Amino acid sequence: MLGKLSLSAIPFDVPILVGTFLAVAVIGLAVLGAVTYFGKWGYLWREWLTTVDHKRLAVMYIILAIVMLFRGFADAIMMRTQLALAYAGNPGYLPPHHYDQIFSAHGTIMIFFMAMAFMTGLLNLVVPLQIGARDVAFPFLNSLSFYMTLVGALLINISLFIGEFAQCGWLVYPPLSEMQFSPGVGVDYYIWAVQISGVGTLLTGVNFFTTIVKMRAPGMGWMQMPVFTWTAFCTTVLIMASFPVLTVTLALLSLDRYLGMHFFTNDAGGNVMLYLSMIWTWGHPEVYILVIPAFGVFSEVTSTFSRKPLFGYNTMVYATCSIMVLSFVVWVHHFFTMGAGANVNTFFGIMTMVIAVPTGVKIFNWLFTMYKGRVEFTAPMYWTIGFMITFSIGGMTGVMLAMPAADWILHNSLFLIAHFHNVIIGGVYFGYIAGMGFWFPKAFGFKLNEAWGKRAFWCWFIGFYLAFVPLYILGLEGMTRRMNHYNNPDWYPWMLVAEAGAIVIALGIVCQLTQLYVSIRDRNLPENLDLTGDPWGGRTLEWSISSPPPAYNFAVIPDIHGLDTFHTEKQLGRRAHNKPLAPIHMPKNTAAGAIIGAFSFILGFGAIWYIWWMAGLGLIGIAVTMIMRSANRDVDYYVPVSEIEHNEEIYSRRIAAAQAAE
Amino acid sequence: MAQAHTTHDGSHGSYQSYIIGFVLAVVLTVASFAAVMTHALAPGMALAALGVLAVVQIVVHLVFFLHLNTSREQSWNLMCFIFAAASVVIIIGGTLFIMHDTAINMMSR
Repeated sequence: MLGKLSLSAIPFDVPILVGTFLAVAVIGLAVLGAVTYFGKWGYLWREWLTTVDHKRLAVMYIILAIVMLFRGFADAIMMRTQLALAYAGNPGYLPPHHYDQIFSAHGTIMIFFMAMAFMTGLLNLVVPLQIGARDVAFPFLNSLSFYMTLVGALLINISLFIGEFAQCGWLVYPPLSEMQFSPGVGVDYYIWAVQISGVGTLLTGVNFFTTIVKMRAPGMGWMQMPVFTWTAFCTTVLIMASFPVLTVTLALLSLDRYLGMHFFTNDAGGNVMLYLSMIWTWGHPEVYILVIPAFGVFSEVTSTFSRKPLFGYNTMVYATCSIMVLSFVVWVHHFFTMGAGANVNTFFGIMTMVIAVPTGVKIFNWLFTMYKGRVEFTAPMYWTIGFMITFSIGGMTGVMLAMPAADWILHNSLFLIAHFHNVIIGGVYFGYIAGMGFWFPKAFGFKLNEAWGKRAFWCWFIGFYLAFVPLYILGLEGMTRRMNHYNNPDWYPWMLVAEAGAIVIALGIVCQLTQLYVSIRDRNLPENLDLTGDPWGGRTLEWSISSPPPAYNFAVIPDIHGLDTFHTEKQLGRRAHNKPLAPIHMPKNTAAGAIIGAFSFILGFGAIWYIWWMAGLGLIGIAVTMIMRSANRDVDYYVPVSEIEHNEEIYSRRIAAAQAAE
Repeated sequence: MAQAHTTHDGSHGSYQSYIIGFVLAVVLTVASFAAVMTHALAPGMALAALGVLAVVQIVVHLVFFLHLNTSREQSWNLMCFIFAAASVVIIIGGTLFIMHDTAINMMSR
């Protein structure tokens, strides 16, 4: 009846988990209680949980990403603390079984549920506004994508308290992840969490690709698209090409586990090495899926705060596209040591080094954008400059690792760990936080606090170097990754420095929370309010409308005459449009996404625990909801002109108030 | 209205093109069967011939039955097809390259 699930699956014997569970339960109940006390359930359901508005979905994605950042970071600091203790006979406080789950969960959560969710959030918030669209191409699918991601995140967090998580690293390499060596539910949690959220990501890719291809404002040709939209476009192409590979790879692994097949086993004709090749065929494009939109954020931030058009728009676009293509032909550099011959390793090594060329082009473009500009050192600009330095170092160690001969020494050492954190924190995370600071006023109508933003930056920046430069040194000294304890006295001091770095990063996260708190508290102060919708003197279309924008974004769709039309029109003093207003066709909110999400959760949970009636119920529920949704004709409405006029009236009054204040 | 109906989509094939496509498809299918059943080719050669014939068959179907061509209204379909083909070549071709080389190098085959 309950498959593998029994009371013994709940880890009462692990005090850390019991404590965590109590804390999560208390916080969760407090949040639910607060929502009930203030009577906000109806509001939450109608305005947020059933929304198909890309701006609200963006906010929910980014909240999810921040929550997952806490979870992932908690894992990180636990690992660092373990390694600061577990030296010379001291076993530390995390037994290997628990420690292995922590490093697996850290990677999985940070990539799939922190970075991917944050990236999707930024795409949702910005892309339709930048191209002058009123929503994405498929608003319902957008809501469904969010719930798929959320369900994946829920499953992975439930594994903390019911059962266990995978203990074989964030990409669950076989044969360790096969039934023979991982008989528990950990790998199944991984498979279902990643598969379900992968559906969401693939739908997001299709959705935004279509949006960018089909819904650009009249006159906006390809080379008039803002750079962030270009990067979003390249990312969606990569998603569409690579995520099916992940789905197939994990599906084959689940066939091995559930039906006793032999795709990746050592015996019966299976080939373990094929899994490595397949998972990295997705895995390498994946890191570019994450970092390319960050490049877009830096481009927007640099040109806005340098008060100059982006240096070399064309080369930036071509560089992004060539990175997109090249990222597909480098995947072997993740397993140079697997045993391929010199031909394969040389080809992929050279391709990897070639990627440094377009990336270098981008760095110079940003530098030349700043050159002779009137650079305004806001918090997003801090993150951008911090990125340029950190990412360049990470890129250089990446080129080192791209040499197969050097990689044979450094593979799976802490040098590698330092390298990819160097590019993922220094590139992806810095970029997303810069983007969040930059577009926060657009989403909420007030700015984030600058002082706390800069404090957060300095903590992250210094903390990053403290935490990861020791890892470079340790890697060169031969320390491998995923080690539970060690006896080498040379490593010990560096592990202490790395622990200190992790604590400084923790302070950075505290600063970011404080920044959110202070910004919300002081949101009505005149210097924080964004009345004009254009708080930074922006260049692209999203700044031409009120903050936060109305549900339909644009009262009239603007005509585009070239790159940065909005900025040009501001310079010429021609902002007012006098096109007649017309009723706007908009999608209605729908609960279908949430319901399909709930059934997916039931499907996933049932399949993880071999509760087949439950999995079947989930599957049927998904199909029935899908059919009902498809048969529903009442999915849209028209915003009447009177309401648009009313909103426009309020907006012009706010602009007038802002001008009067100056 | 009948006029409007026939002109609204230029990508529908003519009677002639369907016949050409049909004949080509039949010839290719017969050739595939012949390559195996007559034993005229060595097994390895027959396998290669089947692969080539299958790819040509795909192209015939795309051009004559799915009306994929270089015209303006088909440009996105064509681009999607080229993109899919390139992805397949990179992913499958690359995997074969890697796994073959690994197998030789590790003497696992």
